Amino acid sequence: SEKMKRRQSSKTQKQPLQVHYKNQTDLSSWQKGGRIDPEKSVQNNQSPNNQKNDSKQDSLEQALSYFEKVQDHVSLKKNNVNNVLQKHLTTVESIALQRGLPPEGFDVLLNVALSGKLADTVNTRLLKSLIPASVIPETSVVSSVSWFCVGKCSGNIQLLFLRWLITMFDFIDHKEQLHALYGFFFSFLQDEKMCPYVCHLLYLLTRKESVKPFRIRRLLDLQVKMGMQSHLQALLSLYKLFCPELVTITLPGKMKTFFKNSDGPWKAAINAVRRRKHENFPVSQPLFLGTAQPRSRKRKWNTQLVIPASSTNKNNLKDDKEKNHVDLYSTNESFPVEQLQTFSQLLQNICHLEFPSQMGSVLTNPLLLHYMNCIKDESIYLRLYYWMGQTLQEECTWCVADNNQYEEEFKDFLETVYKTECFLQEGFSSCEEFLYKSLPLWDGFCCRSQILRLVSWIPLSSFSEMKSHLYDPLAQLFFTSSLYFKCSVLESLKQLLQNWLNWHVINLDSESDSQFHSLNTTLSGLVNVVAELIHFVGWISTVALRLENNSTFLLYFILDFYETVCDVYLRYSLPLLIMPPAGVFYPALLSMDSVSLNQLCYIMYRYRTNLVAAKENELSKKKILQFKFSSQTYQEYNQYIIAMVGCLWTSSAFQKDVHPQGLQMNDELLKKTTVQEFKTSFNIVYHPAMMGYAILFLQQAWPDDTAFNFSLIK
Amino acid sequence: DPQRTAFLLRKQWTLYSVTPMYRFSGAHLRDYARLLSAFIAAEKQKGLAVEVGVELDIKVAVSNLPDLKGSDQDQAAILVQLSSRSSAFQKISEEKLIWSGWFCCVSGDDFSQNLPEDFTCLPLFLANGAECYTSIVGSWFQKTFDCCFRRLAISPLHLSWMAAMWTGCKVDKSASAVELVFSVPRLPQPLDISYAIHPEDAKALWATVQKTPGEITQEEVDVFMDCLYSHFHRHFKIHLSATKLVKVSTAVASAHCEGIIKFLQSQYLTGVLMLLTELAISQIQ
Repeated sequence: SEKMKRRQSSKTQKQPLQVHYKNQTDLSSWQKGGRIDPEKSVQNNQSPNNQKNDSKQDSLEQALSYFEKVQDHVSLKKNNVNNVLQKHLTTVESIALQRGLPPEGFDVLLNVALSGKLADTVNTRLLKSLIPASVIPETSVVSSVSWFCVGKCSGNIQLLFLRWLITMFDFIDHKEQLHALYGFFFSFLQDEKMCPYVCHLLYLLTRKESVKPFRIRRLLDLQVKMGMQSHLQALLSLYKLFCPELVTITLPGKMKTFFKNSDGPWKAAINAVRRRKHENFPVSQPLFLGTAQPRSRKRKWNTQLVIPASSTNKNNLKDDKEKNHVDLYSTNESFPVEQLQTFSQLLQNICHLEFPSQMGSVLTNPLLLHYMNCIKDESIYLRLYYWMGQTLQEECTWCVADNNQYEEEFKDFLETVYKTECFLQEGFSSCEEFLYKSLPLWDGFCCRSQILRLVSWIPLSSFSEMKSHLYDPLAQLFFTSSLYFKCSVLESLKQLLQNWLNWHVINLDSESDSQFHSLNTTLSGLVNVVAELIHFVGWISTVALRLENNSTFLLYFILDFYETVCDVYLRYSLPLLIMPPAGVFYPALLSMDSVSLNQLCYIMYRYRTNLVAAKENELSKKKILQFKFSSQTYQEYNQYIIAMVGCLWTSSAFQKDVHPQGLQMNDELLKKTTVQEFKTSFNIVYHPAMMGYAILFLQQAWPDDTAFNFSLIK
Repeated sequence: DPQRTAFLLRKQWTLYSVTPMYRFSGAHLRDYARLLSAFIAAEKQKGLAVEVGVELDIKVAVSNLPDLKGSDQDQAAILVQLSSRSSAFQKISEEKLIWSGWFCCVSGDDFSQNLPEDFTCLPLFLANGAECYTSIVGSWFQKTFDCCFRRLAISPLHLSWMAAMWTGCKVDKSASAVELVFSVPRLPQPLDISYAIHPEDAKALWATVQKTPGEITQEEVDVFMDCLYSHFHRHFKIHLSATKLVKVSTAVASAHCEGIIKFLQSQYLTGVLMLLTELAISQIQ
C-alpha cells in the first residue's frame, strides 16, 4: 500500500548518514591489509543489526496487509493456509510485545478483530497484542466502535474490546469524536455483563455536558433493577460532582474502590515496552523554555526541582474597592508568563511582564533570566534565594539520609543551576552557602563535576571566611584523592580566579552603584582575597606535585592556573603579582617534557612584561594603574630568571642559583655525576625536555649521521 | 486567653519550616479560603489526593490567632481549617473538622526585621490531619506565595534541651512522668528503650543542676542528662549516651525527633513555640 512505500523510502534515507560514520571508525580494512572497497566492508559490518530491524518492519507490513485482505472464516488450525495466518499472528504479537505497534497498525487489526471474520481465538490474540508504541489514532478507535455496535463479533470479544479501550484510554491521541459517541456507549449499560466496563469507560469520558437528566434517571432505574452496584454508584457520584443540583439522591459516603482494575493482559506488556524504549532512547531533557510538563516527584510534595512558570493570580485578591473602579483606559493587563516564548515577545511586553508566582521556574527560562537582569527588585532575588537554598539543602544526596537514590535528579538540578549561573555570569549566594554547608560532608565523588563547577562561581566577597569554608574542606579532599580529582579541582579554582577577575574588571568599568553587587570593599580587600586564593593554589600544587611525582598532566593544570596569575596586572587591572612557589617552578624547569617547559617560559615572559609595565607606570606617574610592587617581588622574579637562564642558556645552572630550594650544587657533587665537561653540558641542548627537538635537529642537519653528537649543536 | 487556644492542646502536630511568604496579606483571609477551596476541589477531580467516589464537600476556613505572639513585631498566627460537610443520611449538614494547620512566629524579630516589606515571616507551620490534605494546602501556599515548606526535624541535642527546660516548669495539676525514649541503632531487631522518671524527682534533680533561675546553659543540660544516664546505667548496665534520644514527654509538652509535637499546657504554649520558631528559623537561614 502507499503508506508502506513511503515508510520504506524513509528507511533508506537514513542509511547514507550511517555509512559516513562507519567509514571513519572502521579499522577492519586496515587490519585485513591492503585496500578494501570501503562500501563492501561497511555493509558487512553494518548489516546484521539494521537488517534485523528492516526485516521486522517488512514482516509487520506483510502481516498488516494480510489482515487487511483476509477473507472470512479462516480458522487457525486446519490446512496449509493457516500457517500463513499463524505466522502473521505471531509476527504481530512479537513486535507488539517488543516495541509496540505503530499507529498505522491499529486500524487494520481492530477492524479484523471486531468484524468477526476470524475465529475468537484469533481475535483474542489480536486484541491482546494491541500495544501501542506511541499513540493510538482516534479514527481507528471510532471505526472499531462502529464494529462493536454492529455486534458481529462474539460477546467475549466485545468485553475484551471494552477492557482494552479502558486500559489504553490515555494513549488515544484525540478524544473529541469519542466524546461524541458518549450516547452510544451509554446505551450498552443495559447489558449486564458489559455494564461494569461500560460504567468505567463512561467514567473516563464524562464531562459536564454529558450529565443529562435522562441519563441520571436511567442510572437510577438500573440501580433499582440491579441493586447497589459500586460501578453505578461511582458514575452517579461523578455526575453529582459535576451537577449537584441534578442528582438529588444521597449516596452513602466512604466507598472504597469501585472499578476492578482491568489492566489485565496489557499491563505487563505496556511496562515492558516502556522500559525497553527508555533503554534505547535516553529520556528527553525537559525543554529549556520551561513550559514543558515537569516530571513530578511523587515522593515529596514540598520540593520540586523543575517548576513550570505560571503567572500570579492577582485578580482574585484585589480589594473590592478596586473592583468597582473600572478604568477603561488602563492597560493593567499583564502579559501572562506562560505565553512568553520568543525574545521579541519579551521586548514588546517588557513593561507588562510580571514574574511567575514561583521564582524557581526562571531557572530553565532564558527569557525570564534576561528579564531578571533588567529588574532591580530585591524581592525577586530574595524569593529565588530562599527557594534555591531550601531546595539545595533538602535534596542534597549526601547531607540528607534516604536521598541517595535521587542522585541523578540532583545532578541534573545542579547542572541547571550551573547553566543559569553561566547565563547570568554571576553566582547565587544561596548556592555559595549550600557549598559551604555541604563541602565538609562531601565524599568528592557524588556529583563531582557539578559541584566543582559550582565552586567556580562562588561570588567574590571581601570578608574572607573562604579559608575555613572552602579551602580547608577542599584541601582535605584534594590531598587524599586521585590525580584526576586534583586536576579537576585546579581547573575549577582557575575558573574561580578568572570569574573573580572578570567581575572586578566589569565593576571597574560600570558606573552604577548596584546595591546588590556592592561589596563595601576597598581595593586592598579585594587584592587580599585574590592573593589568598593564589597562595592556596600554590600550596596545594606544591604538595600535589610531590604526591604525584611531578606528573606532567598535573603540571599542565598548575601552569595553566599560573598563566592567568601572571597577567593579573595587565589584563585585569588588579595590582597584584605573585610568583609561583619554588615547588612549582623547579619541577617545571626540570620537567621531562617540552610542553611544561614551554608553558613556564611563556609565564616568565608575561611576568616580566607585567613588571616592566608596572615600573613604567610608576615612573610616568600615571594615575591609573599606578601601583608599586614591592622590591621583594622583583627580587623573587630575578632569582627565578637567573636560575632559568643559567639552566637553559649559560650552562651555569648549578652555580648561580641561590634560591634555598634551588639548583645550586657545588663542583665536587657535579664531578660525581661523571658527566664530562659538566661546566658546559647542562643547557637547553641537553635538557631532557628538549631531547626530541635536538634529535630532530641533528637528523635534519646531518641525515646520514646515526651517532647523535649533541656537541655539534651550539 | 487560654480558652481560645485550648483547641491546640493535646493534638499531635507535625512541624514544618516555611520560608517568608511573598505578598501575603492578613486582610485577605477570606479570599484565600475561597481560592484554597477551589484548589482543593480541582485536585479532588484529578483524583490525586482523595478517593473519588467518596462524597466530600470540603469547607475551608482561614482565620487569625492573635494570641500566639511573642512580641509585637511578630506576625499574628494564621489558622487554616478544613472541615467536611457530608449531608449523607442527615437533613442537617454536619461539619466535621478533618484537618487543621497553622502558621506562627513567636519572637522571631531578629529574622523578620531584616526582611523587606512584601514578605511575611511565619516560619513555623504545624499540621494535624491526613498527609494528603497537608500536601494540598502546602502546595497551594507554595504556589501562591512562593514559599518553601520543609519538614522540621528535632535533633537529640535539642530534645535534651527540651527535656531539661520542661522538667523545671511549674505545673498546676499533678504532673505526668518525664519520659525519654531512646532508639538503639544497628540491631537486627529495632529496640526502643523507654525511661520514665517521677516528675518530682526529675524536678528536684534539675533544681540542683540549674544555677541561675531563668537561664540555662549547655553544661547544665549535659550534667542533667548525664545524671539520668548514669542512674540508668547503674541499674541496667546500658549506656544510654550511646543511643539516640528520639522522644521526650513531659507535663508541658512532648516532642519527637521526626518533628512531631504535642502541647499539654496552655500556659507554656508560647514558650514552646518560641523554641520551635528558633529551630525553624535556623533551618531557613
